[in-house]
Amino acid sequence: MITFSNVSKSYNHSDILKDISFKIAPKEFVSVVGRSGAGKSTLIRLLIAEEKPTKGRVIFGHYEVTKLKGRELPELRRHMGIIFQDFRLLSQKTAYENVVFAMEAAGKPQKEIEETALQVLDLVGLHGKMANFIHELSGGEKQRVAIARAMVNRPDVIIADEPTGNLDPINTWGIINLLVKINELGTTVLLATHNKEIVNQLERRVVSLEDGRIIKDEEKGKYILM
Amino acid sequence: MVTAVYRIIKYGFQNFWRNRLVSIATILVLLLSVIVFLGLLIFAAVGRQAVSAIQDKIDISVYFKSNAPEDNILKLKNVLEKLTEVKAVEYISKDEALKIFAERHKADEVISQALSELNENPLTASLNIKAKDPRKYADIAAYLEAESFKSVIDKVSYGQNQVVIDRLAKIISVGKQAGILLTIVLVVIAVIVVFNTILLAIYSGREEISIMRLVGASNAFIRGPYIFVGILYGFLAAFTALVLLSPFIYLASPYVEIFIPGMKLWSYFLDNFLRLFGEGLLFSVGIGVVSSLTVIRRYLRD
Repeated sequence: MITFSNVSKSYNHSDILKDISFKIAPKEFVSVVGRSGAGKSTLIRLLIAEEKPTKGRVIFGHYEVTKLKGRELPELRRHMGIIFQDFRLLSQKTAYENVVFAMEAAGKPQKEIEETALQVLDLVGLHGKMANFIHELSGGEKQRVAIARAMVNRPDVIIADEPTGNLDPINTWGIINLLVKINELGTTVLLATHNKEIVNQLERRVVSLEDGRIIKDEEKGKYILM
Repeated sequence: MVTAVYRIIKYGFQNFWRNRLVSIATILVLLLSVIVFLGLLIFAAVGRQAVSAIQDKIDISVYFKSNAPEDNILKLKNVLEKLTEVKAVEYISKDEALKIFAERHKADEVISQALSELNENPLTASLNIKAKDPRKYADIAAYLEAESFKSVIDKVSYGQNQVVIDRLAKIISVGKQAGILLTIVLVVIAVIVVFNTILLAIYSGREEISIMRLVGASNAFIRGPYIFVGILYGFLAAFTALVLLSPFIYLASPYVEIFIPGMKLWSYFLDNFLRLFGEGLLFSVGIGVVSSLTVIRRYLRD
């Protein structure tokens, strides 16, 4: 489903990613781990076509991401649900409106929006807080809204870049469990994190980055800090 | 498609409302441009009517010698009527000329007294010639200056009237040029103001824009609300301009008719209301859309 083939990325002669190659199959749960600056976020930006690699190819499904033109990007991104550390929610809208906004922007019909938004907010455990504005929610609740928004267009993959970076341990596990549940329902999950406790407890595939290179790629891997 | 358009309009109104104070200021600048533009169109119409009103009064008057035979005068009339430049020729005999003179001055006792004491008619026969094209009066006058007519023609008179027409046409032309220049200046200012307002709207909506990109909104969906806002600015400016101009035109109309007979400004305005609205709308919406597209191209690149 996702293929990185000899991908390198440099900024101002500084190599961030060096000759990365790996594949992710449908329905996998893959954690990409490494210290800060290892290249995790850069890898994700290349996958969602926010940037282009200096060398190599990135393939998502039948899309060659590296060769897509600007007008083709919206179609690619409708297959992805993206979650960030800083949530990236609209603070002047409610939880429900944030989810609905994503569906309207993706061009979904109104009937589908009304049905799906409620279902998804229920799935993430926010049924009772749909009418709350974002600033009225805790960090964990905000991230749940972000997950609901990411899921609402039924993407092929959920891409989570340090989703628990701003959360306390209880909320962190709440979010991770939610991602596991989503994966069990059939959605591929790509989790970028430097939290070794999460990765080591999940016992899922782990791709370890260090200095821009893949140093390990293991099923039921462990994240061992060097 | 309908749903997408509805959503674009909805987000457009949200953008408009979010930046409402700046939006109002932008509409005011556009309004000024539209008022000057429409004023220019109306001024051009008034000018055309003014020139036309005076041109209708223009003719060449040919005065004959008192001993010129009437047959010769009538023969000249026939010849002139056959000229392609000539629209109409009116013959006024000596007797008719005296009647017209007496009628015109009947209130003047001195002239009336003098006329009654005259033994013979001092006035002469004349021909009043109207040209199809006012620019041809010079040619007709030159034709009448020919040697062959000198035995019967005493005087050919039109020069002074042409000077008046030329001056009036020049004044109107200068006025139009000044209006065009003013309109251009205001258009430039309006474009800059709308540009900056849309830029501000994009900046204040940058969170929404980044999320729209993230969830796969099409470029048209991202850009649409800003283009709609540009159209909205233009529409409100054009509509308000006509609403504001209407009472002024209604009040000014009788005064304009005094100076320019036949120019019923209010009737012209009503008869051409849709056309003026359409042209004002095209003008102001054009500015709004061009400014929006320019800023979108620069700041919402793929």
